[in-house]
Amino acid sequence: MRVRVEQTPLPGIGVRHDLVTSSGRTVGVVSHRNGRRDLVLYDVDDPDACLASIPLTDDEAEALADVLGASLMLGQLAGLRQQAAGLLTEQMAITAGSAFVGRRLGDTKARTRTSASIVAVLRDREVIASPGPTFQFEANDVVVVVGTRAGLDGVTAILAGEHG
Amino acid sequence: MHSTTTILLVEVGALLFALGMLGRLGRRVGLSPIPLYLLAGLFFGRGGPVPLSAGEQFISVGAEIGVILLLVMLGLEYSASELIGNLRSAAPAGAIDAALNALPGAGFALLLGWGWAAALVLAGITWVSSSGVIAKVLGDLGRVGNRETPVILSVLVIEDLAMAFYLPLVTAVLAGVGLVGGLKALAVAVVTVAAVLVMALRYGGTISSFMSVRDPEALLLSVLGLTLFVAGVAAELKVSAAVGAFLVGIALSGQVAHHATEILSPLRDLFAAVFFVFFGLSTNPADMPRVLLPAFGLAVVTMLTKLLTGYLGAKRVGIALPGRLRAGLALMPRGEFSIVIAGLAVASGIEPELAPLAAAYVLITVVTGPMLARLTDYGWFKAAVHRMATRRRRPEPLPAGE
Repeated sequence: MRVRVEQTPLPGIGVRHDLVTSSGRTVGVVSHRNGRRDLVLYDVDDPDACLASIPLTDDEAEALADVLGASLMLGQLAGLRQQAAGLLTEQMAITAGSAFVGRRLGDTKARTRTSASIVAVLRDREVIASPGPTFQFEANDVVVVVGTRAGLDGVTAILAGEHG
Repeated sequence: MHSTTTILLVEVGALLFALGMLGRLGRRVGLSPIPLYLLAGLFFGRGGPVPLSAGEQFISVGAEIGVILLLVMLGLEYSASELIGNLRSAAPAGAIDAALNALPGAGFALLLGWGWAAALVLAGITWVSSSGVIAKVLGDLGRVGNRETPVILSVLVIEDLAMAFYLPLVTAVLAGVGLVGGLKALAVAVVTVAAVLVMALRYGGTISSFMSVRDPEALLLSVLGLTLFVAGVAAELKVSAAVGAFLVGIALSGQVAHHATEILSPLRDLFAAVFFVFFGLSTNPADMPRVLLPAFGLAVVTMLTKLLTGYLGAKRVGIALPGRLRAGLALMPRGEFSIVIAGLAVASGIEPELAPLAAAYVLITVVTGPMLARLTDYGWFKAAVHRMATRRRRPEPLPAGE
């Protein structure tokens, strides 16, 4: 389900991103031009007013993003494991000399060829969960793949460039 | 020579220290320092209890630099694309703002029998809200994320852009060139501002790359030097130094603008304080009681018109009632621009009662404005709004923004 994030410029201050959750609450982030950011929660009774505006430092924002991203990925992996036994998870590194550096995830055609899925990419201690087909690989990315043994071996082969 | 310099050091030093203490006191009470600086100027000026003597020339130059720095920082805050983008979307709100707030000022001046030049000046004084004070109030009250805040900010941006045309017009009119000369100056200003905006949009990166970002000292000297130079040239061409500084701020963008803002802030704080004090210094406190009542009346009328401006602007983009009131109340304070315009009038000496009226007017609005802005946070207000809302139909879902 696509979530619509609205972007509103605040002239002289920065930019505000907000989204409305399915439960009807609105949450947003105000990114100041000087690097500061505020997490804002809107009032239920008065949807134009901020109920709380919490300033976050860079580290706090990173930690929050990690917690949200990690819980998302763990949720996906746990969900997969529950659905089908016999599925394995493996982490594969895209080395600097790999043919896929700078190419898109869709070019691997991993799911079509092997029925294994690339569920996340780890880059610089950052978790990018559910990368789309337009996602571009960079050197030293670690790809998290889920599939059967045969599927995982197939993806290893693709990433090593054997099927071109 | 020596004795004048030492007296100057003693007086200016004591003055700045007093301003610092006043500012600190003001912050404790939640008051903007601007009215305190004005009052300090009244206290230490001609006709005041403790008149300063040696420092006046130094302070007057400092005041001029203060205006220039205020305007260049304003220009640095906005990028050319922001200005133009805002212009398109918020133009109707800006037009309402101009009509509702400039006309009472002009009308008031004509009512007092002051003539067209003074009417033009007073129109500008009542028109422009103080971006600095309002930004601080929004930050303090945690309203930066509110949905009516972009409306408030757009109105302020359009006012600031309008000043780029208004200041040259008023400078020319005050110089006594009459209506035709004023229109000529306005035309020159329009062409210059348009040219700078186009240049900033297309070549902004190239211009900024001339300034070194890595060396703060070099950046400080080059940006400050460029600003003063352009401001001086603009003043020579009778386009008004303030507009020249504003255009320099617009022309710089990106990292350079960001670093320049950081470096120039302390200087701006110092010279802006000197500017406000200087205005107070050149105003005779003995003239104040006479204009207090008219200033109060003008303040009440124009604060109501600002409330209406914010209300209509927020209504246009679909904000609910509480947000509309918040927008209107936030726009009430007048501050730095009003004093800048009044300062121009004082320098040209057109209407002696203008300065004390402007000082009283700004003092009233800049003190009561932020206090009134907190009105919507009180429990009784929220309860009343809730009652009114439930009495009518429930408001339909509102789109946010344009």
